[in-house]
Formats: sequence, structure tokens, C-alpha cells
Amino acid sequence: MIPSIFRWLIAIVLLAVAATTQAFCGFYVGRADTKLFNSASKVIIVRDDTRTVISMLNDYSGDPKEFALVVPVPQVLSQDQIHIGDAAVFDRLDAFSAPRLAEYYDEDPCERRPEIGEMLSMRKFSAPAMASAVAPRSDAALGVTVEATYTVGEYDIAILSAAQSNGLETWLTANGYRLPAGAAKALQPYVRQEMKFFVARVNLDIHANAGSTMLRPLQFAFESPKFMLPIRLGMLNSRGPQDLIAFVLTRKGRVETTNYRTVRMPSGVELPLFTRNQFGEVYRALFDRTASAEDHRVVFTEYFWDMSWCDPCADTPLTPDELRKAGVFWLGSAEPASRAFPRRRPPVAAAPIDGSVMLTRLHVRYTPETFPEDLVFQETGDRRTFQTRFVLRHPFPTTPNACPMAASYLREVRAREEEQATRLATLTGWELRDIRSKMSLATRGQNERNWWRRLWN
Amino acid sequence: MELMAIAVTTAASRMHGSVAWLRAKLPRDARVAQILFLAALLGTGVFARDFSLRWEQMALAFLAGLATQALALRTLRVPNGSILSAVVTCFGLSILLRADSLWVHPLVAALAMASKFTLRVRGRHVFNPANLGVVGALCLLPGTWVSAGQWGHDLAAAVWFVMLGTVVTGQAHRWAVSWMFLACYLGLVATRVLLLGQPVTVFLHHLGNGALLLFAFFMISDPMTTPSHRGARLFHAALVAGVAFLWQFVLFRTNGLLWALFLCVPAVVLLDRLFPAERFQWVTRPDAASGREPSPRDAAQGTRYVSGTPRPSLRDAHGPEDSAHDGTTPAQAGTLRPAGR
Repeated sequence: MIPSIFRWLIAIVLLAVAATTQAFCGFYVGRADTKLFNSASKVIIVRDDTRTVISMLNDYSGDPKEFALVVPVPQVLSQDQIHIGDAAVFDRLDAFSAPRLAEYYDEDPCERRPEIGEMLSMRKFSAPAMASAVAPRSDAALGVTVEATYTVGEYDIAILSAAQSNGLETWLTANGYRLPAGAAKALQPYVRQEMKFFVARVNLDIHANAGSTMLRPLQFAFESPKFMLPIRLGMLNSRGPQDLIAFVLTRKGRVETTNYRTVRMPSGVELPLFTRNQFGEVYRALFDRTASAEDHRVVFTEYFWDMSWCDPCADTPLTPDELRKAGVFWLGSAEPASRAFPRRRPPVAAAPIDGSVMLTRLHVRYTPETFPEDLVFQETGDRRTFQTRFVLRHPFPTTPNACPMAASYLREVRAREEEQATRLATLTGWELRDIRSKMSLATRGQNERNWWRRLWN
Repeated sequence: MELMAIAVTTAASRMHGSVAWLRAKLPRDARVAQILFLAALLGTGVFARDFSLRWEQMALAFLAGLATQALALRTLRVPNGSILSAVVTCFGLSILLRADSLWVHPLVAALAMASKFTLRVRGRHVFNPANLGVVGALCLLPGTWVSAGQWGHDLAAAVWFVMLGTVVTGQAHRWAVSWMFLACYLGLVATRVLLLGQPVTVFLHHLGNGALLLFAFFMISDPMTTPSHRGARLFHAALVAGVAFLWQFVLFRTNGLLWALFLCVPAVVLLDRLFPAERFQWVTRPDAASGREPSPRDAAQGTRYVSGTPRPSLRDAHGPEDSAHDGTTPAQAGTLRPAGR
């Protein structure tokens, strides 16, 4: 245990990331004249060598019969390469890696001379039904070939290849898909790269029988030298900047983009205490401001950590079973999960996996102008952990006359509160005056300057 | 209109005057200017960009690189040995290589500097030390990587501005290798964009790639590790561009530029054998004897030009000369001395 002037972590306030807006890799295609707004997406990418598993969670909340999705894929996927994922895994990964607020309490200055020490101790935490495929049929006139059709879970899926983007657009329109404007032009580079198109829509009968209103995530497993994520199509039915959160699970190290700058979010910043209950708001403002300052041209790293532990943990680490659901294929089924994770874990378990799963959380806010190309990734050799973490420090309730140390302690507290206010204003763009007034800094400063009031009141 | 023409002419002549003045004032060894430029880039990266580079890594890289160079120069008794090239290599490694530990940078710097005294073909080192160091580290050392996207776009605009300035001031031919490489590489990218029907912004995005510009102007332009013959040098630049393009857009692998330069080393050896020419040498002292200012044409074409010290005292081209550098075009030094053959 590293000596610390702070009592240990009392609480971690999680950011409700669900409230942030995100975007999607493919585009939604309406089949009726309903306003569709593609505003949010979360993607899990699992990658080792050329093996890739991509899971996409739809935030679609409209009528299921109007939902359709087109995603470029590098090859014709067979039915067993497509799977219905578990939306809960997205939530778990999100909660586990979300920007966090950690709370600390100062010790009584009269009991111990404060030292500037480590604030954190290094405690380790432990962290569908398928239908028959239909034989390929081709539509030579349009140059579109239906390579395969499947029903997987609640989705009817077709894998298309196309000779021309115009033909593909015509085919989709003729088959009842409603394409956003500019679709043919956006599809063209993928057609010419001989990529295939994964087209999914909801099978209403199965969906109704399942009794669920939510669309479950789709997962694809394939091998490809391309380590990339198509985001250009998703820009077609978007208005303004879009957000994408990618959870990338790899074996060796941190993942970054090679064709865009990857930067870390500000971290380790002390925030005023009043932000405790509005951390989500603070982080959104901070992200807005940081992303704007970078002109929506960069990819942000919000988290990178070995999945076997965390410090502080925003949520309990994912179990091997959850990781496998996320697509981590190298946690072999031959090895019982209990070997990787002890079955009887203490509340804060010891290192469960031998460091072979690394999670990088990337957050992108992009516009069609600033992200002209799809995201291309690389796995680096970097294993230095990073988390977007903010800190609340509760001062010890004492009076200046409590002991000789108390007066200087209170001065330090005052100075750090002023710094917190300035820092918050810089990071979020909020008015410094408002922040100081919420922290009662103005009143307190005035009281200190007019010391005689305390004398006679 | 006429007034404008006069204004432009006057401005151009003034600019030429300033350039001449600047050239007279600047040190003769082009590596000094190169070092200043690289230091500015590294400073920008560290302070204005989120370079995940620690100052200890830089300090250790310089310490190890310079010590290796000094030791090698002393042991092998190289006349007129200079540590400038080691400084350039250490800057190159600091700018390119990233590592999550402290030992990688000094190790790579020491090995890179040692490589130019040991990995030699017909008396000259064939690998660009920084290039060899980075590629070797990526292959062999854990916890290393290169962040191709680290520069962003605004910086690239500044580099384009400076380099296009060389065209305005009539110095562009000195960077022939860099321009040849850029023309071929960007030509291939443009062809791909056109064939795929991608928007023009994709091409502009590649144009703004800071890593590409750094490679073009500070690595492939290294006169010591590219063919001596001018035509062969240009062919080599085109070859590297082609390999880099294939690496990135056909094989979909990362760090295409660095790998292409590394993989084309056999071509340099072959081209040097097929097209023998005078070898480039850095000038570390002003011309004292001849008094003649060598023309860029002399340098660019590899014209034999003897200046300063008499020929017999020149370095033995088959011996360990101080000739490892990471950049600067052949003619940027402005002077050329025969290396003997």
C-alpha cells in the first residue's frame, strides 16, 4: 500500500454514456417515408493478425419494419460467419471503460503532515435461430449478384456483390429499400474495391414472436488484411457531426488510427465538488469543446487497459464468457473459463487473464469533410495503460485554529479550489463566474478579505 | 497590370537577394540546417501534438547515439569525423519511433549508428541508420510502434509551404529526389482515387500527410544511402514510391514508406554497380583553396569537383567514413568532394 494522504476511493460515479450521440458504419435505409436519423453507434472490433470479429449495435428506435442496414464487407460471408450478439456486452464494455470520476477525502491535517504522494494505490482488481440459405441468383442487367441470403435471428440478410454502384442502387430501390441521397456515389469506391455488401432488414414475424422491441447487435467474423472500419456510408443519413465509440479488443497493445491523428482525452484533472452529480454533463461539454478545438479531425483515446485488471474499476471486469460474446475468439473454449477466471472470485478479483486481452476505447466525432476516408487502424506495441479519469477531492472539515497546520491546509484548499474552477472553465467553456459562484468561492473570498465582519458578527 | 509585374519582379529579386545573403550566412554543412529543422519539428510534436514521447527517451537516444558515433570515429580513426550525422539520426529516431519503455531508444540509436560502420557494401553503408533502426525495432523489439497519423494536417500545410518556397526561390532542383518520390507516390494515390471514384478530399487527405512529407524531405533524400548516379537516384525514388504504394494499398500493411525504403536497399547496391558515379560527401568546412562556389548542377550531377584539401588526403571511400546521415538532398550541401574510387 503506497502511503497516501487521501482515504481511499469511496465512490466512482459512472458517466452515462448512453446519452452521448454516436454514429454507424453502414447507413440505415428506410422503407417508408419516415424520418430516420442515424445519430449513434457503438462498435466492438476484435482483431488478432488477420482474424476479425466486428459487432455493431444499432441505436435504431423506429418501427422495425422500416429498419434496414447496408454494410460493406471484404468477402462473401457464409451463414455461420454471421451471428446475433448480446447488447448487454456493449453496455458492460461501455460501463467498464467509460470516463470516470473518482472521489477522495483528505485526511485531518492536524493528525498528519500532508505529503504530495500518489493518489492511487496499485490495487489490482479482477477484473439464434437460422434459416436455410437460398441459392445465389443474379440480376445480370444491373450487375448485382445476390451471393447468399440467410435469416439469422430476427434479421433477413442478403450478401450482394455488384459490378456498378448505380446498379446496386437500382437493385436496392427496386427491392423496396429507401436510399439516402448520394448513395450511389458513396457506394462506388466499395464496389470498385470488389467489396461485398451485407444487407439486413428485420424479419417482422420472428421479431414479433421474440417479443422484444430492441434490435440485437449483428456480429461478423472474417479474415482480412484490412484493419479498418467503414464509416463513410454512415455519413449519408447524418446531420452534423456524428459520434462513434469503438471498443477494440486486441492481444498485444493499444490500437490507434494510421490515417488520422489519435490523441488522448484530458485525464487526471481535479474537478470542483459540485460536479459530482453532473459529471455526465461536464464530460459532454468537455468532449464537445475538445473535439471542436481539434476541428473534428482527430480520434480520441478514452481508455486503454489490460482487461485482467483495472484501477480504479468503473465496473467489474468482463468475464471470459462475456469477452467471448464480444468476439474474443482466442479465449479458447477448450480451456474452461474457470481456469482463466477463478470461479470463486473475491469482489475485487486478482488478475484473471494473463494479459492477453487489451481494450482500447476510441471515441470519434466526425463530419463528412473532416473524415474523408474510412478509419484505418493499427495495433501498436504500446502497453502503457490510460484512462480518462477525473478526480474529486473532499477537504477535511476543520477550522483555522484547530491546530498549527490547519491554517496553511485551508489556504492550500482554497488555492486548489480556485485552480479547479479555472481548469473546469477552460475544459468545458463554461463561465468562470458561474463556476466560482456554484463553488461559493466569490462569497468566501469576500469574507476573507473583509475579515472584520467575522469579528463583529 | 504592369505595376503588378514590376512588384512581383522586385519581390522575386529581393527574395533571391535574401536567399543569397542567407546562404552566405548559413553554415556550409547542410546538416546544420537540417538539424535545426528537425529540432523544430520534434519540438512542435512534443509541445503542440500529443506525441507519446518522454524526454528521457530522447535524452537516452542522443546519449547512446552520439557516444556510439564518437567511439566509432575514435576507434576507426576517421579523419574529419563529425557527430552531426548522429545528431540527425537521433532526431529521426525520436520523431519516428515510439516505445513504452526507456531502453528501446538508446539501444536502437546505438545499433543504428553502429550499423553504418559495420553493414557496408563496397565501402559504403547501405542502410539509412534511422530507417534501419525503426524497421529493426518494429520487427525485433517488443513495445515499439510508429504513429503514422501523429502529425495531423496543419503541420503538413506548413511543410508544403516551406518546400514550395524552394520552387519560388529556384532551389527546387536540389530536392529532385524528394519531388520525384512525391510525384510518383501521389500520382499513384491520385490514380487510385480516380479509379475508385473516391471524392477529391481523399487525395487532399493524403497530400496533407505529415509523415509522407517528412519521409520525402528528410529520409529518402539522404544522399549517402541512395544511388550515386543522378538518374539512378531518381529511379530509386520512383521504385520506393511504387513499393510503398503496394505495401499500403495492395497488401494493406502499415508503415509502407519505411518498409519500402528498407526493402529497396538491394536496388541501391545494384544501381550503384550498374551506374557508377562519384560518391557524395558532406562538406564540413568552407572551401579554402579553390575559392570557387560549386554550382548546384555540379552537385546534382555528381560532377567531380575538388575543393579544399588535396585529393590524397581525402577519406578512403572503402574505409569507414563519416557518412551516415538521415536526410538532406545530395545537392543541399552545395559542394561535392570526390570520394575516390
